[in-house]
Parts: sequence; C-alpha cells; structure tokens
Amino acid sequence: MPRFLKEYFNRNGVGLGSVMLGLVLFWTIGLIILPQLSMLDFSFRPNLPPPEIGGPKDLYTLENYKYLIFGPEGGSQDYNAVDLRVFYRTLIAAVLVTVFNLMLCYPIAYYLAQTKGNHIRILALMLIIPYWINEILRAFALRIIFGESGVLNNLLVGAGVFDTPFDFIRNDIALYAGLGYAYILLMIFPIYNVIESLDRNQIEAARDMGASWTRIHRRVVIPYAKPGISSGCTMVFMLSAGALAAPQILGGPSSLWFTQLIYQQFNDNSDWPQGAAYAVVLLVTCILLVLALMRVFKVNMGDIGK
Amino acid sequence: MKNFSLMRISIWVYLALFFSYLLGPLVIMSVTAFNSPGFPRAAPWECLTFEWFSALFQDERILNGIKNSILVGTGTVILSVAMGLAGALMLTQIWPKLRATYYTIIIAPILVPGVVIGISTLVFWDRVNRMLGLGADSFLSSGLFLTVIGQSTFIASYCMLVLVARLQRYDNSLTEAALDLGATHAQTFRKVLLPFMRPAIASAAVLAFLASFENYNTTTFTFGEYPTLTIELAQKVRYGITPAISALAFIIVLLTVFAALANEASIRRKELVAAARKSATVEELESGKLRLPGFLSSNTAAVVLVVVAMMTIAVVGTATVYSPAQCIANVKETKRLETDLRIQELRQRRAEEAARRAAEQAEQTGQEPATEATPKPSNNSGFGGVFAPGTLQDDSTEDPEATPQEPANDSGFGNVFDPNALQSD
Repeated sequence: MPRFLKEYFNRNGVGLGSVMLGLVLFWTIGLIILPQLSMLDFSFRPNLPPPEIGGPKDLYTLENYKYLIFGPEGGSQDYNAVDLRVFYRTLIAAVLVTVFNLMLCYPIAYYLAQTKGNHIRILALMLIIPYWINEILRAFALRIIFGESGVLNNLLVGAGVFDTPFDFIRNDIALYAGLGYAYILLMIFPIYNVIESLDRNQIEAARDMGASWTRIHRRVVIPYAKPGISSGCTMVFMLSAGALAAPQILGGPSSLWFTQLIYQQFNDNSDWPQGAAYAVVLLVTCILLVLALMRVFKVNMGDIGK
Repeated sequence: MKNFSLMRISIWVYLALFFSYLLGPLVIMSVTAFNSPGFPRAAPWECLTFEWFSALFQDERILNGIKNSILVGTGTVILSVAMGLAGALMLTQIWPKLRATYYTIIIAPILVPGVVIGISTLVFWDRVNRMLGLGADSFLSSGLFLTVIGQSTFIASYCMLVLVARLQRYDNSLTEAALDLGATHAQTFRKVLLPFMRPAIASAAVLAFLASFENYNTTTFTFGEYPTLTIELAQKVRYGITPAISALAFIIVLLTVFAALANEASIRRKELVAAARKSATVEELESGKLRLPGFLSSNTAAVVLVVVAMMTIAVVGTATVYSPAQCIANVKETKRLETDLRIQELRQRRAEEAARRAAEQAEQTGQEPATEATPKPSNNSGFGGVFAPGTLQDDSTEDPEATPQEPANDSGFGNVFDPNALQSD
C-alpha cells in the first residue's frame, strides 16, 4: 500500500476512509470522467441499430463531425450552412447575453455590496426569489409578456408606439430577454462577493485625490472585481450557450439554438452518435472560448467558482 | 449637493427598473392565474376566477410529475450531499500536487452545459448496461436511476462548494481530541464533525432539492418513463399555454415567498433573542424570567409573513364560496353586444357603399348627381365596402336598425361570409 494511502486510512479510519474514497471515486470517475470520455468515443462511431453495436461495422469514423461542416454526403451544398449558421448564431448570441447581463448586473452588485442598511437584505431576498422558481415557469412568464396579445404589446400599441402588435418572439427579443433573465443571479453573486470584500477606504482615497466617478470604477473597483466578473461571465456564457428550455419556449419558429439541434438528433432522428458529436463540438468550443478570454483578461482558473 | 441627489435618484430609478424586470414577469404571470380567458393574459381583465386551480389539481400528468419530481429530488439530495461531503473532506486532505487538478474536475460539472451532462450520462450507462448484458428494462437504464445520476453529477458540485465553505472553519484539533479520548473514527465523524456541519448540510440539501426540482436540460435526456414536473411543464408550455400553468406558478411563487420570509423572520428572531440575552442581567437569566421580545416586534419579515398567510387564507376562503359564473355570463353578454354593434356597423357601411355606388352609376350615365356621392370618411377598411356582398345588389333597402339574424357571431369578419348576407331583403 502506498504511503499516502496508508496515511489517509490512518487519519480517517478504514471504514469511513473507504466510504469517502469510494464516493469520491464514483463521482469523479464514474460520473464525470468516464461519461465524458464515453460520449467522446461514441461521437466517432457510426449510427448503428443496437444488435450491430460492437460488430464488424462498428469502426471509428469522422462522419459525424464531417456532417456538421459539410452536410449530408452528396448534398447540394458544399457546407452544412444551416447547422453552421445555428452554431455561429448561438455563440454570438450567448456572448451578447453575457455582455448585456454584465452591464445590467454590475451596478446592482456594486450597490448591494457597498451600501449598508436593512433594505439591502430585502433587495437580496427579492433577487433570490425568482431564482427559486422553475426555469420553465420563468420562460413561460416572459412568453405571457412578449406574446402577440401580451402585456407589452398591449402597452405599446395602447401608447401608440406601434400600430400593430410587434412580434417579439419571431424577432428573438423574447429569447434574449429570457436568457438574460434566467442568469441574472449567477452574474450578480460572484461580483457581489468580490466587491463586498473591497475596502471602502480605497474608494474614499481615490475620491479624495480627485478621481472622477468613472475613473474610480475603471481603476479601482473593476480591477479588484475582475475574478468575480470573469467567473460570472463564464457561468452566464456557458449556461446560455447550453440553454435548452428558454430557446424551446421563447425562440422563434425559424431560429434554432444549437442545443435544440442536439436535442433533435437525440429525440427526433434518434441519431445518438451525431448528437454526441454536436455536444462535443459545443463543449469544446465553449471551453476554448472561455480559456481564450481568460487569457486575454489575465484571470486564473482557480478564481472561478469562488 | 445637487449632483449627489441626482445620483441618488438615478440609482433608485435603476433599482426600480431592474427589479421590475426581475419580478414583473412573475407578478403578471400570477395575475393571469385569476383571469378567466382561456389564454393567459393579465389585460383586459375579465373575471376573477379560481377555475384554473381546480383544472390544475385535476391534471393527472401534473400530479404524476410532482410525484416523480419528489422521488428524483430525494434520490438526488441523498446522493449529491453524500458525494459533496466526501468531495469536500477529500479536498482538505488531498495530496497538494493533485489538489488543483482534483478541484478542476469536481468543479467542472457546474460549467459543463446540462445538455452535455445528460447526453454523456445516457450514453455511458447505456454502454455499461450493454456490457453487463442487461436488457432494456434493467435498473441501469430506468429513467429514475439515470435522472438521479445525471443530476447528481453537477448538483454534488454545488453541495461541495457550500460544504467546503463551512469546513474551512472547522478546527481539526477537535477531531484529534476526540480520537485521543478513545473515540473511533466513525464516532468522531458522527458526534463531532457532523453536528458542526449540520447547518451547511441542511442548506446543501435544500439547494440540491431545488436544483433537482427545476432541472430541465439534463433531465430531458434521461427521464425515460419518469417525467418530472419540469418535463411535463415544458411539454405543456411548448404545445399551447393555459392559465392552469400560471396557477401552478402562482402556488410555487407563494411557497417560495413563504419559505424566504420564514427563513428571514427566524434569522431576525435569533438576532433579537441574542440581543435580549446580552442586555439581560445575570439575575434575570438565572431566574428564567427573561422577557424575550414578542415574535412580531421589530421583525418586519415576521409581520409580512403573517400578513401573507392571512391573505392566503382569505383568498382560499373566497375561492370556496365564490362563483364567477355570473361575471363570465356578463362578459359573454358584453362580447355579444360588441359583436352585434360590429355587425350593425358593417351593415351600415354596406348600405352607404351601395348608395355611393348607385350615385356613381347615376353620375356615369349622366343623370342627376346624388348628394351622398362623396365617400364617407368614417370607413375604416382600406377596401371600402367593395367586398361587402351587399354592394352587388343595387336595391339596398337594408335598415341599419334591423336586428341581426345571428346575434352570437364571434367571427372577426362580422357576417361578411354569412350566406344570408347575400339575400338582403
């Protein structure tokens, strides 16, 4: 038995130690690592009916990835324009939602963190309550508001802004509002946590030395809050790129989200390997994008999730 | 000074806008649960009704979904709190070189899209199932097992974060002291560590249950024959929305508000009690005559809690005796009258149009110009009444005051398509 293992069992006792070790191993290897590897492996296989799996036809192939880029073999187009456009649009929209959320939440997080008083507790409570409501119901609430005869259209038509109801759903405005809405808390909390630990004297000092309000934020608060900002942005980006419920409920009929394509491959076409390949592409692209941005803004991985 | 107050105002305006974006949708959704139209809408307000709540409680699929959600939630709470606790304990004593890698692995499921977790769980356990030579109806491929496993993958990470925060404040010498005094490892764990961790375990369990209850992305791939409430809701919302869903949402909102207020009130209560004890004299404490502050005194959350509770009771009481039938009948009557009015307008327009036509014809044939030849400005339709069938017949003796034959015509077209309209007597 290696020394560290012996030490470990000495410290925790054999019974308790093995239960703990077993749970951790089951979680990390059985639930996190192996399923991901298995999905990766699966994405390189052809779509076969169950009896043929493991048979002579079950060879590794790049077919599923080729499909995303070039479309079906012998298709009329050189590239799989539809799926690629959906993919591209999903990433762009997720970035936009993230930026929108950051702009919306930064002032709130700053205010909550730097103000003292009883009303802050109430505001925090009001922030958390919507987050306890089911994701589907939140999307449903927005659909009531943005619908053709919804509250917003009634208001706008009544006020004379539009002559005819504006189709928020077809124009994807409902979708963006819904995605932004869903992840507000995930943006506020990390930023709030960091700014709360910022010493108020630093801000006072900057103000005493004549720094303007924008300058204080640019040179004092934002550099200090960078870990929180990046962790919030990462979460919001990853979650909105991987969102499924909001696009299904609030998305327009002609615009799809990339996760909806994955869902279709699994449930409608029952082409699991193809869906797995799409999922791998989504996961890898998102991780690469986040890592690249963290590089640009000089943030460490360890800061995320604090 | 003026600048300062301007900034204060803009902060408050921003806060108001922000919170109306956050809470407005929920309020409007709750309102639609009480309005009678079959499509959920808050305006125009028609009738106060509670029928959507009874529709909700008669919905088999929703009730079944709630049952499955509780089943899945219980499994997930047990598994993910256990794994989260083990993971957190492991983090405090893992070999330092492995620590960063280990942390990345157990934190990663939070960032991995739920869709990916669902797919990988499905694919992996399907393969395990096949390798073990089990059929399609084995336990490993049942929706319940897959959903619990899939959800626990990332919910355990949340639990781990909550538990680690508390574990960092744990004094390890307590464990050592217990061991020195002859306790076994299991006893130390149960009698020393667990009581210390209890608050964090409770909040981790609540968090895990909520996360499991509202999860959609992962569950949608794994649920199999156990559709949870969220899955049922998503299916309902995607294929047509009814106020019954608003009713469910309202109940959930109410429960949430209750829980939040109760939690807040109990925290405040503890603070107040602690403050009272601090300021009390030793004599008062020992004699047990310490007067604790009343439950409601200087505890806003408790007051609000009681008010909300009383309002709920009042509303439920009203619901049992209230019947919206009269109001709905009234609304129907109003709608019928409106339709009648529209029909009459249409007839009048048609008559005017016919008159104009006749005049034009008269003009063309060079006879005396009619006085009504100018088109009426009150005509709303871009086509005038050209398409009104009545215009084809010149002997328009239609009386605008005539009672329509079919009063309950709901169609937006008035009675243009009604075959009777052609035979204008």
